[in-house]
Amino acid sequence: MRALTWHGKHDVRVETVDDPDIVNPRDAIIKVSSTAICGSDLHLYDHYIPTMKAGDILGHEFMGEVVDAGPGSNLKIGQRVVVPFTISCGSCYHCGKKQFSACDNGLPADNQDIARELYGQPMAGLFGYSHMTGGYSGGQAEYVRVPFSDVGPIVVPDGIDDDKLLFLSDILPTGWMAAENCDIEPGDIVAVWGCGPVGLFAIQSAFLLGAERVIALDHFPARGKRNI
Amino acid sequence: MTHHNSPDFSDDAPVATSKRAKGNRELLATSVTINRPVSEVFDAFRDFAQFPSFMENVERIDILDPKRSRWVVKGPGGAEVSWLARITEEIENESLTWQSEEGADVANSGRVTFRDAGARGTVVTAMIAYAPPGGVVGKLIAKLFQREPSVQTRRDLARFRQRLETGEIATAARNRAIFAAEVESN
Repeated sequence: MRALTWHGKHDVRVETVDDPDIVNPRDAIIKVSSTAICGSDLHLYDHYIPTMKAGDILGHEFMGEVVDAGPGSNLKIGQRVVVPFTISCGSCYHCGKKQFSACDNGLPADNQDIARELYGQPMAGLFGYSHMTGGYSGGQAEYVRVPFSDVGPIVVPDGIDDDKLLFLSDILPTGWMAAENCDIEPGDIVAVWGCGPVGLFAIQSAFLLGAERVIALDHFPARGKRNI
Repeated sequence: MTHHNSPDFSDDAPVATSKRAKGNRELLATSVTINRPVSEVFDAFRDFAQFPSFMENVERIDILDPKRSRWVVKGPGGAEVSWLARITEEIENESLTWQSEEGADVANSGRVTFRDAGARGTVVTAMIAYAPPGGVVGKLIAKLFQREPSVQTRRDLARFRQRLETGEIATAARNRAIFAAEVESN
């Protein structure tokens, strides 16, 4: 398959690499229909994130069609899914409390040491985001192996454009959570600093949560002219 | 992390939580909390023949009788080491204590305890005392090969937890061929 691979600072290449297949029983293989570039991918591109290796496949915002599923997956071939960027087991203490990003088992055991030192305990795995987050191949590729595929992927109906669904993978929930953390009450006036993609979703989420007025601030004048 | 020069940074915490082991103490302990009832965790651990499924450097375990087993382990640089282990005390759902028999390549002894942690599941703590092959030099070589026993034990217990909690052991290998090559190189 073709995939976007990292080779060093400011050096990413579309290359032919080995296809993924089912390794563990709960895996599924997704044929990617749409994928996005996250602002966080720039940190990899600029090489701010340690533990990258040449040939790593980037991308953690993607969706597509299930083309294979292991016996432990609940997905069916042909289903259309959006895949969240976190890899969480669904059965540890934290997943039981819906603290999926703190999953005890999302990282391979050999990749847990750095997270343990940085955060005090391992965290969930991430697609395409260095070896300290698991070393998993990412979604800027034709196909992706999705571990614990009975936990993360969201089955979505046909008839809705990819562009209206893709952002469920990361950036919409990120903006939503920023607004949710504000405990917005009906009639509130809310200020959002920064009107990049996350900021735009935070603005829309604030309205959905009942804000009467949202004041958006940004250093880039062009962003102020956007109609949302 | 050890500090060989003064000042003395060693601490007096229990060995399972100590950040700085004293000198060349060949004693390690590590804990993991598993989101399963203590009886299930104890039974899974007591099934020694299954150890190679989560203990990366254990080649195989031959069960000789209910109390004795032969361990065959991959040592530094591909060397194979083995010993006979004898269970010296077994308290169901609480602890297992073992001692290697005379003639072991790596003399070792230890205890694994299982503590009911209520809604959090079971706290498993492994305490192991060992004599590394070739003494201090052997231990340094072992570190180079990622076989430093405290790191190995922590990762093995993480895999044991994954097997019990998720039914599988997490891997980032993109396909079965890559997975097989990684297993081969370990």
